[in-house]
Amino acid sequence: MKNKNILLRVACAIALALALAANGVQAQERVTAITNAKVLTVTNGVIERGTVVIRGSKIAAVGADVAVPAGANVIDGAGKFVFPGIIDSHSHSAIEGSVNEISLPNTGMVRVADAMTADDISPYRQLAGGTTTALLLHGSANAIGGQSQIAKWKVGRPISEWIVADAPRTIKFALGENPKSANFRPPAGVERQYPATRMGVEEVIRKSFIDAHDYLARWDEYEARRKRGEQVIPPRRDLLMETMADILRRRIDVHSHAYRADEMLMLMDVARETGFKVTAFQHVLEGYKVAREMAVERIAGGTFIDWWGYKAEAYDAIPYNVALMVRNGVLTSVNSDSDELARHLNHDAAKAMKYGGLTEEEAMRLCTINPAKQLKLDHRIGSIEAGKDADLVIWTGHPLSSYSRVETTFIEGEIYFDRARDLEMRKQLAKEKAELLAKEQKRRTE
Amino acid sequence: MRRIFALVVAGALAVPMLGQSVIPNSPGRKPAFAIRNATIYPVTSAPIANGTIVFANGMITAVGVNAAIPPDATVIDGTGLSVYPGFIDSGTTIGLVEINSVAGTVDTTELGTFNPNARADVAVNPHSNVIPVTRVSGITNVIVSPEGGVVSGQSALMHLAGWTNAEMTVKAPAAMMVRFPRLRSRPVGDVAPEADAARKQRRSYREEIENLRELFRDAQAYAKAAQARAADKSVRRFDRDLVLEAMVPVVEGRLPVTIEANLARDIKSAIAFADEFKLKMILVGAQDVAQFIPDLRQRNIPVILGPIMTLPPREDDAYDLIYSNAAALHQGGIRFAFRSNDAHNARNLPYGAATSAAFGLPKEEALKAITIYPAQIFGVAGKLGSLEAGKSANLFISDGDPLEIRTNIRRVFIAGEDIPMDSLHTLLYEKFRKRP
Repeated sequence: MKNKNILLRVACAIALALALAANGVQAQERVTAITNAKVLTVTNGVIERGTVVIRGSKIAAVGADVAVPAGANVIDGAGKFVFPGIIDSHSHSAIEGSVNEISLPNTGMVRVADAMTADDISPYRQLAGGTTTALLLHGSANAIGGQSQIAKWKVGRPISEWIVADAPRTIKFALGENPKSANFRPPAGVERQYPATRMGVEEVIRKSFIDAHDYLARWDEYEARRKRGEQVIPPRRDLLMETMADILRRRIDVHSHAYRADEMLMLMDVARETGFKVTAFQHVLEGYKVAREMAVERIAGGTFIDWWGYKAEAYDAIPYNVALMVRNGVLTSVNSDSDELARHLNHDAAKAMKYGGLTEEEAMRLCTINPAKQLKLDHRIGSIEAGKDADLVIWTGHPLSSYSRVETTFIEGEIYFDRARDLEMRKQLAKEKAELLAKEQKRRTE
Repeated sequence: MRRIFALVVAGALAVPMLGQSVIPNSPGRKPAFAIRNATIYPVTSAPIANGTIVFANGMITAVGVNAAIPPDATVIDGTGLSVYPGFIDSGTTIGLVEINSVAGTVDTTELGTFNPNARADVAVNPHSNVIPVTRVSGITNVIVSPEGGVVSGQSALMHLAGWTNAEMTVKAPAAMMVRFPRLRSRPVGDVAPEADAARKQRRSYREEIENLRELFRDAQAYAKAAQARAADKSVRRFDRDLVLEAMVPVVEGRLPVTIEANLARDIKSAIAFADEFKLKMILVGAQDVAQFIPDLRQRNIPVILGPIMTLPPREDDAYDLIYSNAAALHQGGIRFAFRSNDAHNARNLPYGAATSAAFGLPKEEALKAITIYPAQIFGVAGKLGSLEAGKSANLFISDGDPLEIRTNIRRVFIAGEDIPMDSLHTLLYEKFRKRP
């Protein structure tokens, strides 16, 4: 009896193992090869007539003389260009109506990941522009905003799958006109909130870190006394202070919205004094004025290439900003901050060739490997290399050309946008819509 | 001269200051130039390889392979370069806004609903920093259009150069700008709609259109009275009404009306309205335009598309709805042009045109829609929009296809004057590039 039971269990285990293995094999062996295409690897030059082999979710091989594995699904890329999925280092898509927790000067305890939705149409439109990954940030209404989330646009999949699980934790800071509420009037009956000046913004950030040091000291004292065997009540846990402490422990990267040069220098000073690190300045419109300081502190910059003049702090923004930052050794990306611009970040990358004369390769990096490095995911995304995620885009022409458009977008080997498929889907949607309208019409007349 | 620019810039960045060095509409002699060995794109005829273009006194005098170069002409070698007519942006707020968030610098939007007597050309700041930033990208002419209300005011076609508004002005008014009333079916933002919100919105929408109709009927009556008085001085004198007076050329069909309407139901209403008052209509914005090709063709209504780099208006729209409109108009035989509907980044106009080409519009058509077609639509094809003898020398030299982002614009001429390639942006670039 007992033996039989064991046998049964063993049989079940073997069957399960086999099933799992079969599944695994199936997933691993789903192989796609894009052949005859011009492959812009970004990190290893251009392959004029190359093949990219995708096995499962990863790039298995890339090169001019790569054999197409037997049984592979072959996509003929003749005349086409293959480029890495574009990475947007500043996005607010898929955060339905929850971009700004506006109620306090420091809301570092809140998390964008808690407010993400999978039904925003914007990510799909971005896939049609070649964008596959984005840093989803809290807004810039407060000096210290919420914690950001890195996600891939896996439209159609549950939101939990969009989240890049092994991505670093990041937080949004903001300097200048937005956190001092220069351009917004509070609703009637609501008082204007502190801070109202750049002085106040500096104070909020500085005080937050000084408080965090005190918070850590309280815990250290508590631990020390507890270890000595004293009967002590633990300090009260504070989620905001936990966040600030994690920034000090380098467990959360700071990406700070900043426009003016002086406020960037201010944050560098506060960081030095209180012991945290700024990973990147976002927007960084006057980065070109302090590019040297940024390079010394190894602070990256993500910017719009040519937005200017929409506020006073954007009046000195110049399209040569990217080139000057790159030439000074700043790790630079172009980003969108916009559902619209996120559809053509390739244009912005190309503009860095026009404004300041970056090379084609430098320009391509601005929307691929450079943002990947800023997000500390360059081991997975940002270039076409064997072993990296198969986040790939097939373009009709060079992605830096304004005449090019996207044909197919892959994330981790799966097709999430395909123009032919989209055109088919439109017919289906039109039919469905007509049927629904007819049904409603009928219901009303009855 | 350039040194003066640099000093002024260094002195006061908050004050718009980049002076204009040219006097496009001033009489008198202007230097002669000849660009030779260049590929010339006249736009209205086939490209000319190894061609020469000659201009003097602000006018193009010859274009061709064997065009004679006058002895006094400054000769520019165009080897490896291309010459194009200056781009025309069919809708901007250039000169009406310096910094959007600073109210004191914004003159786009007059108060009230009907402002036909508001004139863009009188409010354009000829010394705005936006002007040099835009023209060094090859855009030599723009429609400056008021915004706001329903009848926003009179737009003007301007050169992007000149010491005064008058020197900048090519044609004013160019058109009467009307932002057609819109029926908003959904509440804005997260606010829950009132129980009878939809009914209220429909009523106010009908009222808006009825009020607009009344304005046009009053203008018709005013025009009639003015004609009667002009023909017969014994007709009783009446006080001038500047609002109605501004409307007279509109209701008499002499001045085109640019009617901005984007969604299908608004375009439909706008066309019906233009029919009712026999307007010389130009449809603007026109996001749902592809549904109206036969209506537009039947009435010969041209269309100004743009901005192209914008999101479709509804969630369930095709992602390329806006990108594909130009191809649909081209296939339908409708005359169209592009606008940026911007000031600071009007310079990106050619890339919207190129994106339309990525979605089915022939490249040559994309080029025409920012050169000769807007000139035709606004009635200045005799002066602007192509490289032909007798036209104003508004042109630029580039090192490639100017609809490609990476292409550089090397020289710009407006009404024959050599435009400095400086702007606030190049000056800040040069200044900080040299930071020790």
